[in-house]
Amino acid sequence: MSAAYEMIVGLEVHVQLKTRTKAFCRCSTSFGDPPNTNTCPVCLALPGALPVLNERAVELATKAALALGLDVHERSVFARKNYFYPDLPKGYQISQADRPLAERGSLAIGGGRTIGITRIHMEEDAGKSVHDRFPGFTAIDLNRAGVPLIEIVSEPEIRSSAEAGAYLRALREILLYAEVSDCSMEEGSLRVDANVSARPRGETAYRTRTEIKNLNSFSNVERALELEFARHCAVYDAGGSIVQQTMLFDAHKNEVRGARSKEGSHDYRYFPEPDLPPLVLTPAWIQGVRYGLPEFPTARRARYAKDFGLGETDAAVLTATREMGDYFEKVVAASGDAKMAANWVMSEVSASLNESGADIRAFALRPADLGGLIALIKGGALSSTAAKTVFATMLKEGGAAKAIAERDGLLQVGDDSALVAWIDEVWAEHPDEAGRFAAGERKLQGVLVGFVMKKSKGRADPKKVNQLLGARAGT
Amino acid sequence: MTATPESLLAAGAGAIAAAVREGKASATAIVEASFARAAAVDAGPRGLNCILSSDRDASLRAVESALVGGALAGVPVVLKDNIATTTLSTSCGSKILEGYVSPYESAVARKLREAGAILVGKGNMDEFAMGSSTEFSAYGPARNPTDRTRVPGGSSGGSAAAVAAGIVPIAFGSETGGSVRQPAAFCGVVGVKPTYGRISRFGLVAFASSLDNIGVFGRTVDDAARAMEAVSGDDTRDDATSAPLAAPALRTDSRDLAGLVIGKPREYFPASLSAAMRAHCDRAIDALRARGAEIRDVSLPHTDLALPVYYIIAPAECSANLARFDGVRYGLRVEGDGLRGMYEATRSKGFGAEVTRRILLGTYVLSAGYYDAYYRKAQDVRALIANDFTRVWASGVHALFTPTTAAPAFTIGAISDPYEMYLCDLFTVAANLAEIPAISIPIGRIGGLPVGGQVIAPRFGEAAMFRVSYALEAELGGAAHA
Repeated sequence: MSAAYEMIVGLEVHVQLKTRTKAFCRCSTSFGDPPNTNTCPVCLALPGALPVLNERAVELATKAALALGLDVHERSVFARKNYFYPDLPKGYQISQADRPLAERGSLAIGGGRTIGITRIHMEEDAGKSVHDRFPGFTAIDLNRAGVPLIEIVSEPEIRSSAEAGAYLRALREILLYAEVSDCSMEEGSLRVDANVSARPRGETAYRTRTEIKNLNSFSNVERALELEFARHCAVYDAGGSIVQQTMLFDAHKNEVRGARSKEGSHDYRYFPEPDLPPLVLTPAWIQGVRYGLPEFPTARRARYAKDFGLGETDAAVLTATREMGDYFEKVVAASGDAKMAANWVMSEVSASLNESGADIRAFALRPADLGGLIALIKGGALSSTAAKTVFATMLKEGGAAKAIAERDGLLQVGDDSALVAWIDEVWAEHPDEAGRFAAGERKLQGVLVGFVMKKSKGRADPKKVNQLLGARAGT
Repeated sequence: MTATPESLLAAGAGAIAAAVREGKASATAIVEASFARAAAVDAGPRGLNCILSSDRDASLRAVESALVGGALAGVPVVLKDNIATTTLSTSCGSKILEGYVSPYESAVARKLREAGAILVGKGNMDEFAMGSSTEFSAYGPARNPTDRTRVPGGSSGGSAAAVAAGIVPIAFGSETGGSVRQPAAFCGVVGVKPTYGRISRFGLVAFASSLDNIGVFGRTVDDAARAMEAVSGDDTRDDATSAPLAAPALRTDSRDLAGLVIGKPREYFPASLSAAMRAHCDRAIDALRARGAEIRDVSLPHTDLALPVYYIIAPAECSANLARFDGVRYGLRVEGDGLRGMYEATRSKGFGAEVTRRILLGTYVLSAGYYDAYYRKAQDVRALIANDFTRVWASGVHALFTPTTAAPAFTIGAISDPYEMYLCDLFTVAANLAEIPAISIPIGRIGGLPVGGQVIAPRFGEAAMFRVSYALEAELGGAAHA
């Protein structure tokens, strides 16, 4: 019975840093290029080639560490992690071992829960072994060899598969905000290994864990954790014990099975990388990176609630990506109305983006122009119906809202004589409704306003029409 | 035109470059003379076997495209076979890289080309620079030009012998624990190990990265200084451990050592040192004093730990550095049962016994449970050894004088015990551990065989080291070779 057990999870997340070139050479990190085209003596590990550290990678790694609240060490040390594999050209991976870049951070995952982050260290990626391309052979693509990564190791403080999912989503959100990584699991720029164990509720010591690899989506992480946790529980219930080993998740069969190689028993023989001096970062440099950090979602949401009076849900939608929030804030500045700006961005803008599949960064409407449109509505110059028409035209043709509204005759009419003329026409065309309304059937007012709006092609100021109609009902 | 190509080749790099620059000599003729000399002394069953590969046509083509104004214009050079070159193979004296031609050029090869030097051959060496006699070359031992039954020293024995035999006036080797200074002493030439980081290692096939240095050989101190100047200088673009420094000016006309304090470390003159060696050292020290230096007895108390520490750190680093020779991308591949079988067959067949021994040693000392006892402790002791030197410099000593080796070249095949072979590096290895420069200069002969004296200087103190060397060479004069 798994209800009698508690799930203990720690996650190791590998994130590819968004650099133009590799960690220790000047080869491109571009994804999807023909095999082995982005290679050089260094990442091919030709005899005599030497690594030189990419400073941009250090900057991005530091940014990630600061974004997650870790202490960045002024001195960290690269180390060689030794193992033989055909897609590891040097026979060792340059990583960091007992002196990592940063330690001790945390991540809020919602619901008042915070998960500790043990460490972040820098390392290089290996190449790719392709087993299914040439029958009977394994092909090696070294384009990825030497691409800069950080490994983010959590404390074993995650207590459910849902928390694991929440941790990963919160982590991705922050890394995307900090522009540290693309965090694309499809392209392999974010990879997750999950360590899981089970223990009877109330027990305080940890039991043997297993590590699940080959997890290619957040939902697969959650599924795999449930499966593996259930396996642990079943083994314990049957009086058995868990062996520490590496497990592979098979999404098609929906099963977790033991990997053939016993990675847990591997001795990597770490030692300091003699080809690279220790990484020394000055406090001033670290502070400079800190200044470059953006406002993160949690802080932004709090500010939206406080300054703009937005609800939790709206604030969350508007801060889903850093770019969405930036766009919204520019619309607020141009329109002077946060609530209206929020509604427009969440409804019309989002709908348009969904329809076109475009990214907010490539959205045709500049935030200042949308702000101008909202300002017209707010000032009573444009009805919300007419505004939607103007919005559609602006999307198609570009240009300022006022000019388009004027050109297309969509500016609201608040002039009494024009409105009275329309009302008179409605009175003449709909004598039945007009008569009953005049006789006191007040619920027909909405219908009559509708007729006036239609006649005015949406230009009539509905507030004034209501006033004028109210006056007629009174007679 | 009075000087013949042969006489210029014998006169040295300075003379050749001057003659070529002034149009008084043809670089082609000098390179031809170098090949003729090699043909006379290197080939055949009793030949020196100091050149592993050469290509006369390629060298002559290189002359045509070379800049004639360079500091080493027209100077034929030999590079040790672990320094990457694009025209000649880079086998590291190993079967695993037999015939391997690097698609890129080492920093040293590029700088030499830019200085106008002409590569004429790759020097024989102990496999992957692991050895002290060049007997561990997969392509047969090199021989000592003074006595062909003897070793030229190692691991850069081929380069040292090529200079001693007059094939080239200067040559380049590599040092991890004495692999330039010891063969220089055995062959009776000048050998320099610079400060770690002074010369880029880019393109030097790694043995033990934290100890490896490119080193130079010359028949004279002045030629060695020219060679050093040509290949020193900033290469931080390709080599993170090279120093961001311009090439230093090492050549000087001064032969005066007034104001210099030269230390004589007592640990380098043990009671077991032969009377003959001691006598040569005393004469050299007298020479230094005669030029105005103050000689002071000093102590480097951790000296006896240098060799054990070296034989932990160097194999540890080598075990990782040589992992890339796996049969996957280049070099030898021997098929076996599956991937693991291929690795085992390739590496068993490709590496010789000494390389295998050191990979195993290194793998062992880095293993879980042994790391702290061996590698970490060795690093701690390495710091103590470096600190010995720092303290001596801080006491006002500018350089040290020691013997380079305890004895002259031994007979080929005479040493079969690996540990006894390791003792060849007794006096040289500390400079590598401390990352400081050191030079070996001929100071005399014992039983007709050359022996060398060593001058050690502080980090990046090559200028002082050369100043002492120039004066010592001048004062000893012909006595250095007698």
